[in-house]
Amino acid sequence: MRLGFALIAVLILIAIPLLTAGMGLGLVFGVIIPYLALAMFIFGFVVKVLRWARIPVPFRITTTAGQAKSLPWIKRAPLESPYNGWETFWRMVLEVLFFRSLFRNTVSELKGGRVLYGSTQWLWLAGILFHYSFLVILLRHVKYFVTPTPGFVNVLQNVDGFFQIGLPILYLTDVFFFVGVGYLFVRRVVMPQIRYLSLANDYFPLFLLMGIGGTGVWMRYFYKVDIVSVKELAVGLFSLNPAVPEGIDPLFFTHLFLVSVLIAYFPFSKLMHMGGIFLSPTRNMPNNTRAVRHVNPWDYPVKVHTYQEYEDEFRTVMKAAGLPLDADPEGDGKSEATNG
Amino acid sequence: MADKLKPEALFNVDYSPPKKGWMDTGPIDFEATRGNWNFAATPESMEYLDLPNVRKWQPYEQDWQLPDDWQRILFEGFKTRLKRFRSLKVYMDICVRCGACADKCHFYLGSGDPKNMPVLRAELMRAVYRNDFTLFGKVFGKMGGARKMDIAALKEWFYYFYQCTECRRCSVFCPYGIDTAEITMIARELMWELGLGIDWVNTPAANCFRTGNHLGIQPHGVVDSLEFAVDEAEEITGVKIDWSINRKGAEIMFIAPSADYFASPHYYTLLGYLMLFHEIGLDYTWTTYASEGGNFGLFHSHEMMKRLNSKMYMEAERLGVKWILGGECGHMWRVVHQYMGTLQEPADFLEVPKSPITGTVFENAKSTKMVHVAEFAADLIHHNKIKLDPTRNDHWITTYHDSCNPARGMGLLEEPREVIKACCNNFHEMPENTIREQTFCCGSGAGLGTEENLEMRMRGGLPRGSAVQYVKDQHDVNVLLCMCAIDKATLPAVMDFWAPGTEVAGVHEMIGNALIMTGEKHRDADLRGEEYPIVDSQAHLAAPSGEAETQEEKANA
Repeated sequence: MRLGFALIAVLILIAIPLLTAGMGLGLVFGVIIPYLALAMFIFGFVVKVLRWARIPVPFRITTTAGQAKSLPWIKRAPLESPYNGWETFWRMVLEVLFFRSLFRNTVSELKGGRVLYGSTQWLWLAGILFHYSFLVILLRHVKYFVTPTPGFVNVLQNVDGFFQIGLPILYLTDVFFFVGVGYLFVRRVVMPQIRYLSLANDYFPLFLLMGIGGTGVWMRYFYKVDIVSVKELAVGLFSLNPAVPEGIDPLFFTHLFLVSVLIAYFPFSKLMHMGGIFLSPTRNMPNNTRAVRHVNPWDYPVKVHTYQEYEDEFRTVMKAAGLPLDADPEGDGKSEATNG
Repeated sequence: MADKLKPEALFNVDYSPPKKGWMDTGPIDFEATRGNWNFAATPESMEYLDLPNVRKWQPYEQDWQLPDDWQRILFEGFKTRLKRFRSLKVYMDICVRCGACADKCHFYLGSGDPKNMPVLRAELMRAVYRNDFTLFGKVFGKMGGARKMDIAALKEWFYYFYQCTECRRCSVFCPYGIDTAEITMIARELMWELGLGIDWVNTPAANCFRTGNHLGIQPHGVVDSLEFAVDEAEEITGVKIDWSINRKGAEIMFIAPSADYFASPHYYTLLGYLMLFHEIGLDYTWTTYASEGGNFGLFHSHEMMKRLNSKMYMEAERLGVKWILGGECGHMWRVVHQYMGTLQEPADFLEVPKSPITGTVFENAKSTKMVHVAEFAADLIHHNKIKLDPTRNDHWITTYHDSCNPARGMGLLEEPREVIKACCNNFHEMPENTIREQTFCCGSGAGLGTEENLEMRMRGGLPRGSAVQYVKDQHDVNVLLCMCAIDKATLPAVMDFWAPGTEVAGVHEMIGNALIMTGEKHRDADLRGEEYPIVDSQAHLAAPSGEAETQEEKANA
């Protein structure tokens, strides 16, 4: 049901521009919605991150995944248990760019009276494939926004189409994108535990991405739209001088609309993991709390049980046990430590 | 209940999730799930700590006698904490439910209950967060993953946030570092505001507040235990042991978890400390006021953690010591390492810890000024400051269980291994997915080590038990070493259940056995009174390496 809800939502989102964009709504789908979505994305993203950043981090709760700095001759793991800002920076680089923690993933099963563990990197691989393909595809799109096409885009395109399969040449990242997204979707449906915990919020972005990729691929390989007018629109949008040329196909508006939905939805969703990972206290803090004091800005005094109160309650038994006293109203004032 | 529990039965874990969605499984049946939850905190212990909404109640009762405005209290408490803890807010917002954490939890592995997957445990809180604090949750309701906080949801909170030992294993594997311990800690402190909590957390906390230790041992009791232990150490070694308690002007104050005073097998670790500190002539004192290393406040609320932790520095200042040495304990070191420096004002009255024996300055503890006894001992061993005869541990074939908190909240991995290798000829690691940062919890941490919770403890102990059984089969391991008082208290039951015939011992017990003390008599038995076999001294010395080789060969074959 949650899957169905997400699927229907995305199908409706596809249908709207596909059916209506041709009815003289070019300005709406080509200019107003993209601008609105971009504004929501930028504003939403910035506000969300600023809100997170404003919340204090009261304690340094680093998760250590390796030997800490201690005695000088003990070999330590600076990237798993960073001791200073620089090492923490590199830990974060590994985490953000290479999904270090996910790479650790294991799979376990009960068999023959034992719990067995195996290494599994499929989720990691699918994650890497999806994220990096998406990034390259995004960068390839720069050629539509600016004239002349920057050099790095040509390089990217050449590498991406290195194998020169088909005409137009097949981009590898297009394949990787679908493999990645497809795996993420299939495992969510096939693995009973993952299906059990999945929400509509988990399926929705996957369907949306498939829709975006699908319309894009369709336009590139199968159903040519008028690329000149599309570029005219895109360049206009990016130079803040928008104009909607004639002859843009509704399929392109559908593509653009889904992208708009994705970026507008982004700041309100789990997709914010993109920003959140930078602010995760278990990862972005050095493991040095015994060496460098961390301050809690909202710290407040609490009720404690002082030694005085303690001695007042237990003075008699303490005295009988030969324990030294700080105050001995009935005694001779002499106090002696017990020594064995 | 223990009679009914059988490993064969518990091993058949069914991982298939129920037909009904996780929000629709209905209220927890606390009668049917006996053995999987803990009794409620007693009114006396709650009153002693000035906690709100004190009443006599038990989880199996239908009516939990909640305050009328409990939903408002919870909402306000949640709101406050979202503004206080970036961790909480970020972890509520960014989980993508990839499920990488799912089979990393010992309770999930042992129970198959989907709400024991860390992701779903956190979703119990996240669903309420989406309902109360997000636009999407408000608009899309249940379809947006939102859930209203009602009695059924609250009962699930109580059930599942007391089926988490805050071990943080999931947090190692999470691509965003989401820390379930952080979520569990905050869920628990929210429930305390409604007067909901468990006795095995609150009574130790109240005891600790009053007497200085979780067990409620009064000052003369601490003295008695230590005197008894000193007598025994003297009897074993023939050496008069130097020690002191509540002594002003000592150089170092030593704090151990209170179970070490007389629980078994903790007690043998205590003997080890006493012998080691005597042998090196350490100028140190025990203390009755801060006679607890552990801090059940960590399992209670941030505030309670601070209330209990305060004693360490207050006592160190009163006694005028230079620095603090801490004993073998797990969660104690999470608090000391990651929280104490922040909870308390700077300890300027102390000095940067420096070993009086080796001169090593513990740079890593220069602010908090508290050193782990394994760091201290590893340093002594590295500088050859103590004489050890590892053959005295030849009857032990050891493996080492990293405790969750020193492993994942501190990174203390090699120091205990250095000590063990110096003290024992026979040491075999468990499989790599079950040690170091991937270590598995004993299943009884965070206040869950009760009799009434025995079934869940044994379920949670499965991964650890299975790993021990593996090295037992491979190398005839007969003792599981560890450095945590909760481990020592609860792993024996886990071993009896999942890896029968395995003893549990502290690392400093191994030091105590191996330590050659000045003026000692002939040692014919180990600290447990097990007599050593009578052997020709030459053969005795040659034996260990030969045996180790055989072990290696066996492993290779």
